[in-house]
This record gives sequence, structure tokens and C-alpha cells, in this order.
Amino acid sequence: MGKLSAVWRETNHRYRLIAHECGNCKKMYFPPRDVCPICHRESIGKMKEKELSGLGTVESFTIVHDAPPAFARQRPYVLALIRLDEGPVLTAQIVDSVASEIDIGKRVRSVFRKVREDGKGGIIQYGYKFVLE
Amino acid sequence: MSGIVSYGSYIPKYRIKPDEIARVWGEDADSIRTGINILSKSVPSPDEDVATISVEAARNAIKRGKVKVQDVGAIYVGSESHPYAVKPTATIVASAIGADFSLFSADYEFACKAGTAGMQNVLAMVDSGMVKLGMAIGADTSQGAPGDALEYSASAGGTAFVLGKENVIAKINRTLSVTSDTPDFWRREGQPYPTHGERFTGEPAYFRHTISASKMIMEKSGMKPEDYTYAVFHQPNGKFPTRAAKTLGFTEAQYKDGLLTPVIGNTYSGSMMTGLSAILDKAKAGDRIMAVSFGSGAGSDAFDITVTENIEKIDRESAPTIKKMLSNVKWIDYAIYAKFKKKIIVGDAIE
Ligand SMILES: [Zn+2]
Repeated sequence: MGKLSAVWRETNHRYRLIAHECGNCKKMYFPPRDVCPICHRESIGKMKEKELSGLGTVESFTIVHDAPPAFARQRPYVLALIRLDEGPVLTAQIVDSVASEIDIGKRVRSVFRKVREDGKGGIIQYGYKFVLE
Repeated sequence: MSGIVSYGSYIPKYRIKPDEIARVWGEDADSIRTGINILSKSVPSPDEDVATISVEAARNAIKRGKVKVQDVGAIYVGSESHPYAVKPTATIVASAIGADFSLFSADYEFACKAGTAGMQNVLAMVDSGMVKLGMAIGADTSQGAPGDALEYSASAGGTAFVLGKENVIAKINRTLSVTSDTPDFWRREGQPYPTHGERFTGEPAYFRHTISASKMIMEKSGMKPEDYTYAVFHQPNGKFPTRAAKTLGFTEAQYKDGLLTPVIGNTYSGSMMTGLSAILDKAKAGDRIMAVSFGSGAGSDAFDITVTENIEKIDRESAPTIKKMLSNVKWIDYAIYAKFKKKIIVGDAIE
């Protein structure tokens, strides 16, 4: 149950790329943070929710061959560090492409995909992945 | 004057040709191509399902019409392949587009016409003033049993329509339905693949309902086939809708733009709605459209639509057009297809 409620709490940022913007220094945080690590106390109560555009650029990537069991049907898959246009960097899977098509500097956009299934009877987790633009 | 305010579709990127399926099952690809007029079909990636397809279609509709999500007071998702038996796809779509907590929503099921049943429902809610805007989605990741004729056509895709009273791009002049208890196609709870009542699929099911609903709506609207710019029907294959159109007196010029099954296969609940989406991609003010869905079991929903001058005011290219989604594809063979569609079962330790 603890795991399920953790997943549920993260729905907003995983489904809609909701970031937090520091009202003090305007820096954008994803995943969202309650306090800005630069402004500390100055930022308390000033962190604002912002929906990110989902557009970004590949900063680095790796091809995962030794995939976890849940990714058996997607092996090998690409995991990338993506710099979103609003500033934050996140790690996400790039789908619908073969590894040879992906390169540093390529433009990507977020899509809504199944992230994992908790067995045949469990909850299905959805969230962001990326495709080449 | 209520009708369509915006629209958006989503078709997965992967495609398989009948040649690949025929090669595995020892059938003749040429006779499939000419017999049911299917040249390729879409295949969902292993991480796509009706919820992800519905969300992408919904987001495209919101983007294209610059729809204020807070104004969307209802979301209905029609499908026969909802990811959960119990837990509505509509809840996932609502969350993913950031809809209000105050929201009417449910999932619908009526074989391939569940999405258009949702459209009628939302239209009534808009007309009665229950909601300002409402969204109806038709999406499927349909399954055909390996080796079954349906395997050549059963595909994946979906379309979302936002309906309202203001800034209507396509006015819905009239809608009506026909319903009967016909055993043409069904799937029992827990069964992975549907069953079809072979001799029931054509005449007593698809043609009777589609043609009756089409004739009824033309008669009630005082319209003749030649009065329409476009006609779009449910498309279980490439042959049925063409025959229905010709029987009714429509010409190829009227039905070709909405006919997508030859290249994407049968997207079930998404079929007629995605054909209508392709028509709206190119329609002009004043164009008249007849759109008729069909759902096994069986029934048809018919719509008489007039495109308004507002269609020129939205940027139709601001979300992917059907043409764009048809041009950017990745071909796969039967082995990859079988892996993607879970026709190859892996151990419990793996999944
Ligand atoms: Zn700060």
C-alpha cells in the first residue's frame, strides 16, 4: 500500500510534467521541490506549480541491453538525459526509435506511455517517455 | 448551435503488412489485399494501450482548438479494449489532461460504436446546459486471434472530439441511432480474443444497420447523397464501407478522404471517428458530412454535420494531422508484432 500511495502522489508530475518554479529566483525544478535549494528560506511558500511543455534536447543517452524483466518486450531500450526547454534535466526512456537514430542534441517531445505493470492483476503505472521530434 | 469545437487523433507509429501475416499462416497476401482491401495496419508499441492512445488524442484536441481544460465538464471514453475491467480509462485521461475534480465521466462499451455513443451523450449534455464543453473519445487496441481473418485488420488508434456550443467548427445538425440484438461479433469476459458469427457479420449486421441509419438521417434531414461533400462510415475492412457507400449512392470522391482502414486497419471505436478527423483536416466552411458508425451486437450512430467558417480560425496544423501520422511509420515483421501484441507469452518471472 505504501508503494501504491507513493505512485499516486506522483501522478501529477508523472502524467503532466508538473514542475515547481521558485518564486524568488525563477529556477524550475522537476521533479517538483517544496523548497528551492538555492534560496532556501526565501523560497518557502513561493514554489509555484508550472506545467512543462514536454519539449527538450538529448544531453546524453545510454542503450540498455541488460533490461529489467518488465522491459523484455522493449529490449534494447534507450535511456536518455533530457534537458527540457524550461531548464530542468530528467532521465527518461526514448521510444518508437532504434538506438542508431538517437544522438546528443536531437530534439525530443514527451508522450504518455505505460511505465510499468504490477503483474497481471496489479495497477498499471503511466507516465512520461519521449519520442524524437 | 452545438457541435465539434476541436478534434485530435493518435495512431501508433508501427505498421505491419498483410504479406507478413499471410507468410506465417500460409495464406495468400494478394487475395487478402484484394479481398478485404487492407494494405497495412497500425500496431501499438508494448507500452501503449487505450489509456495512452486516448490521452494523446485528447491532448491533440486540446492543443488544436486551444481548449481551456477547465471548461471540459465531461469525458467519456468508448472502447472494447479498456486496460482495466474495473477502473475507468476516463479517470486516467482526466488526470493526464488536468481536468477539474468536478467532472462527469465514464467508460462506454458498444463494440466499434462506443466512441460515437459518447459523442451523442456529450452533445445532449452540451445542449441541455449540463456542461460547457465535453469530450468524447473512441480508441482501441483491438486483438484478432492469431491465424484468424481479423488478424489482418485489427489495429490501434483513437480520436477525441471536444463538443460545445461556442466556436463550433463543425455543427452537428442531427444524430440518430438504430439498435438490434444481432449475434455478429462478441467477446466474453476474460476471453482474450473475440468470436464472430461468420454469416452474421455482413448483411444482417454491418450493412443492415449502417445503411438503415444512413437512409434514416438523410430522410429526416431532407438530404440526398449528392448533397454531401463527404461520407464516412465504420471501416471493419476496406471493402464494407466502400460497398455501403456505393449502395447508398455515394461516389468515391465523397468517401475516399475518410477511408483509412486500407492503410491503418480497423481501429474499432476509433474507426469512423478517425475517418471524420481526416475529413476535418481538409474540410472547408459549408462542407456537409454524413458520418455513420457501426458497433457489433449491433447498432449504428449517424451524424449529419455542417462545417462552419470557424474551421479556418483554428490552426489545424498545430496538432498532428492524419496525413502526418500516416507518413511517419516504422515497419515491423510478424515476430516483432507477436512480441509487441503479447502473442508470445513470457514467464511470470519476466512479466
Ligand atoms: Zn530559488
